[in-house]
Amino acid sequence: MLTKRIIPCLDIKNGRTVKGVNFVDLRDAGDPVALAKQYADQGADELVFLDITATLEARATTLEMVLHVAEQVNIPFTVGGGISSIAHVDALLKNGADKVSINSSAVKRPELINELADKFGSQCIVVAIDAKQVDGQWKVHLAGGSIPTEIDLFKWAKEVEERGAGEILFTSMNHDGTKNGFANEALAKLSEELNIPIIASGGAGNVQHFVDTFKKGKSDAALAASVFHFGEIPIPKLKKELKEHNIEVRL
Amino acid sequence: MKLVIINYGAGNIKSIQFAFKRLGYNTILSNNPEEIKAADKVIFPGVGEASSAMKMLKESGLDELIPNLKQPVLGICLGMQLMCLHTEEGDTKGLGIFQTKVKRFSNNVKVPQMGWNVIKELKSNLFKDINENEYMYLVHSYYAEHCNETIAATDYEINYASALQHKNFYGTQFHPEKSSLAGEQILKNFLSIV
Repeated sequence: MLTKRIIPCLDIKNGRTVKGVNFVDLRDAGDPVALAKQYADQGADELVFLDITATLEARATTLEMVLHVAEQVNIPFTVGGGISSIAHVDALLKNGADKVSINSSAVKRPELINELADKFGSQCIVVAIDAKQVDGQWKVHLAGGSIPTEIDLFKWAKEVEERGAGEILFTSMNHDGTKNGFANEALAKLSEELNIPIIASGGAGNVQHFVDTFKKGKSDAALAASVFHFGEIPIPKLKKELKEHNIEVRL
Repeated sequence: MKLVIINYGAGNIKSIQFAFKRLGYNTILSNNPEEIKAADKVIFPGVGEASSAMKMLKESGLDELIPNLKQPVLGICLGMQLMCLHTEEGDTKGLGIFQTKVKRFSNNVKVPQMGWNVIKELKSNLFKDINENEYMYLVHSYYAEHCNETIAATDYEINYASALQHKNFYGTQFHPEKSSLAGEQILKNFLSIV
């Protein structure tokens, strides 16, 4: 049986790992390559690197980091942050990234999803969606959550699937950084309406939150950062407890 | 050992190269028929869309070369699928090495299958020291139907062939190069096949 995936997310700035709390107030949590290797050894199923600087200058540094991760890590990893061109995706994949994640650039020019899926295959195109629930309506936000739009989350997610994305990484801005659990209601709706895997992101604080997002949120994978980086939830313990809750995981 | 990865423009070749490097082996990327023929072992990768991958193979004459190779050949993911008779993806005729067809998962399940699933009913020297129900990393929307050449099975919607073998030709639907320590063991096993 296909297992539920546990995905540590490493936010990268100038080649170092950082994690924002509600997308601000950054804290340092180590060297990305060493962290990646440690997570792979602990049983993480995949890794996500999010380049939060994503300026032109930082790109060369990121490409170099991707190459080092690919050399040393024997599980799949995704790279996201500031990606808006076929050439950039090509460079990341050639340096050993397994998948890329696009976000704002897809909202600004949705055809990019089709172009990337056609050229590289849907399996390596993840579309990340940041959304916030305001007055009961889930609205897509851009640029790391700083720019609101009028786009409806579920409508956009459907379009993303139809255009050829292989997977959706959904971050609830209402939950991110709160450690109060994932946005399971919205996640379950996404999972029911779409036919591609959904990664839950934002809100992980304890083991029960992961149980809930797999059972109630019907998520295919769960992503978290600080609970892993600061050792609050060791991955082997998390997976063992998920198994005890009859959730299929790779042990 | 001369280890050649067929480089025809498809797939994440870097991760296969790095996986062998971690095992202490250098690899050569090539689409040169003479170099491929002279290899001790050949890796046939592939990620992407079947009909365009087959088109690239034909352009370099590799569609004629690969089925006639005598040394151990390992097809990975789309590489394995292209070694079958036919794939529904782009209604593409394959190399016909494995006597089976490749079909698409239905929409009763999420497509692509993405993540870690188990391989079982293992029967090949490719799986020496690999336990039944070992986890492997898979990303695919199409699957090979069972045939006499099935050497591993996996369940996703249906029970399908997650690895195939015909004489010196091996194929895995999963990515051993991305499947942690067990995947590395499978690559080691492939290297020790004579």
